[in-house]
Amino acid sequence: MDKLCSVPKTITDGKTNVTICDAKRSQLIPVLRKIQEKEGYISNRKMQEVAFSLGIHPVEVYSVVTFYSFLTIEKKGKHIIRISNCITADMAGAKKIIKTFEKELGIKLGETTKDKKISLEETSCIGMCDQSPAALIDGKLVGKLTPQKVKNIVKELKK
Amino acid sequence: MEKSRKGPIIFSTIKPFAGLKESLKIGRSEVLDQVRNSNIRGRGGAGFPTGVKWNLTATATDNKKYVICNADEGEPGTFKDRVLLGEYAKLVFEGMVICAFAVGADEGILYLRGEYISFLPELDKTLNQMRKDNLLGENILSKKGFNFDIKIRLGVGAYVCGEETSLIESLEGHRGEPRNKPPFPTNTGFNGHPTVINNVETFAAIAHVVLKGATWFKSFGTDKSSGSKLISVSGDCRKPGVYEIPFGTTLKKVLKMVDAKDTKAVQVGGASGTCVSKKDFKRMIAFEDLSTGGSIIIFNQKRNLLDVAENFLNFFAEESCGQCTPCREGIPVLIEKLKKIKNIKATKGDIEDIFSLAETMQLASKCGLGQTASDALISILNSFKKEYTLAKS
Ligand SMILES: Cc1cc2nc3c(=O)[nH]c(=O)nc-3n(C[C@H](O)[C@H](O)[C@H](O)COP(=O)(O)O)c2cc1C
Ligand code: SF4
Ligand code: FES
Repeated sequence: MDKLCSVPKTITDGKTNVTICDAKRSQLIPVLRKIQEKEGYISNRKMQEVAFSLGIHPVEVYSVVTFYSFLTIEKKGKHIIRISNCITADMAGAKKIIKTFEKELGIKLGETTKDKKISLEETSCIGMCDQSPAALIDGKLVGKLTPQKVKNIVKELKK
Repeated sequence: MEKSRKGPIIFSTIKPFAGLKESLKIGRSEVLDQVRNSNIRGRGGAGFPTGVKWNLTATATDNKKYVICNADEGEPGTFKDRVLLGEYAKLVFEGMVICAFAVGADEGILYLRGEYISFLPELDKTLNQMRKDNLLGENILSKKGFNFDIKIRLGVGAYVCGEETSLIESLEGHRGEPRNKPPFPTNTGFNGHPTVINNVETFAAIAHVVLKGATWFKSFGTDKSSGSKLISVSGDCRKPGVYEIPFGTTLKKVLKMVDAKDTKAVQVGGASGTCVSKKDFKRMIAFEDLSTGGSIIIFNQKRNLLDVAENFLNFFAEESCGQCTPCREGIPVLIEKLKKIKNIKATKGDIEDIFSLAETMQLASKCGLGQTASDALISILNSFKKEYTLAKS
């Protein structure tokens, strides 16, 4: 676990002890990103650990995690395909591309393969509007998708 | 990457970091003057005068100030910041350093949307080189006491975080929910300190402004919109891509430039923009006419504009932060009504309901998302009456 708090301090008013942390709340999202990247999701346990080291309530961490679409509480696949459902993708035949992905992977949009290897998700505009239909695959922008390209991509990811 | 792009300002030639050197030579107040006199306005969409913004932060008293570059580019149909970060990163960073010098900031943040994570290694490399060349770090270019560095923070998938106060919330480790304004980031920004937030394209123009001067800059564009605009063109045309055009360019000219045929409509400004019909193709890209962050999506005669409106509304439903009622509750109602229109079940009363709900959302939503979510639908209902038939109540 990434150590957030290098020198935790305890302050007391004589009755209660409160542990405060030198780590800044502004480190919350970078830390959560790293956990998501490493583990494929953010477990309850991790949320509690992070909350403790920042000196905030776990529910605060939960509320942040559930706000952002790249942070998840369910385990995602090792590889994540995020296909853009934006208007330009739609115009360029994204429906067919999605169908091809679904067929090749044997899962529906929004699902993860049983072996937890690949997740297929949809997302908003990814800034590849001039090369639609496009997808964000493990952080890489891939444009001008065709059914053939999709087949190759899936083959590569399944390896 | 070597660039072969051509344009009046940002895509014109300039020696790397010559704008920064000039800035250090002429001094703070002269830089602020040049930026103000150039009348440059923010390129991220809202069009706030950049000179005014910088002045507010420059005059704020605090020993900690920030410069943030908004690279959260998420408006459907916009990809110019992707091109700038990929091909003109130095120019963007140079703009941030000049800004830091002018307003007295010592920390910079590039807020990069998570979708652009593949740019990170190259951007880091550029920053490291700048550190080596003393273009970042302490006593920049031997200017005593001018210390500034830039770090990159990645977004985690939320369109609304492009809104400046929501961006700050997210940097501070919170849900990306827009704040009430005032206070404005210029004096109460990141961690409560005065902060300049500008779009990638705004920063990319700054070195040109300082080096070539406000008068040169103003020789492009219109009286009310000086300079140029990068537009991201997509949809039904032969040559989609990023173009730099002087403000005042008509849609007709843009359509010709990108070789668009058989055009029925042009969506200017992305999902939160307006849908323009053929009779208005003589209108121009400018703050005083068709104002846009740069998104231009072209639809030919075969496209169904009600499908377009539905796609946009679904986008907003997905991306609304849910914090305020008109936006959260209004968007699903608009979707319901639109479905009714598509099934020829909508009556005149439904259309009236849409217009009045849209007005409420425009007036009562907290941020730009809710305020503009209905714009595309309304413009389609107004300008493309042939696209739908009403039920005979
Ligand atoms: C929902 C929403 C999303 C926004 N997204 C962006 C964005 O991706 N990039 C951007 O520069 N500005 C965006 N803005 C505008 C910013 O709030 C802000 O006005 C801008 O970053 C200021 O920079 P500028 O003056 O250089 O344009 C958005 C605004 C709203 C309401
Ligand atoms: S208008 Fe929408 S996105 Fe903006 S603050 Fe309100 S609910 Fe959130
Ligand atoms: S509108 Fe499709 S990627 Fe931008």
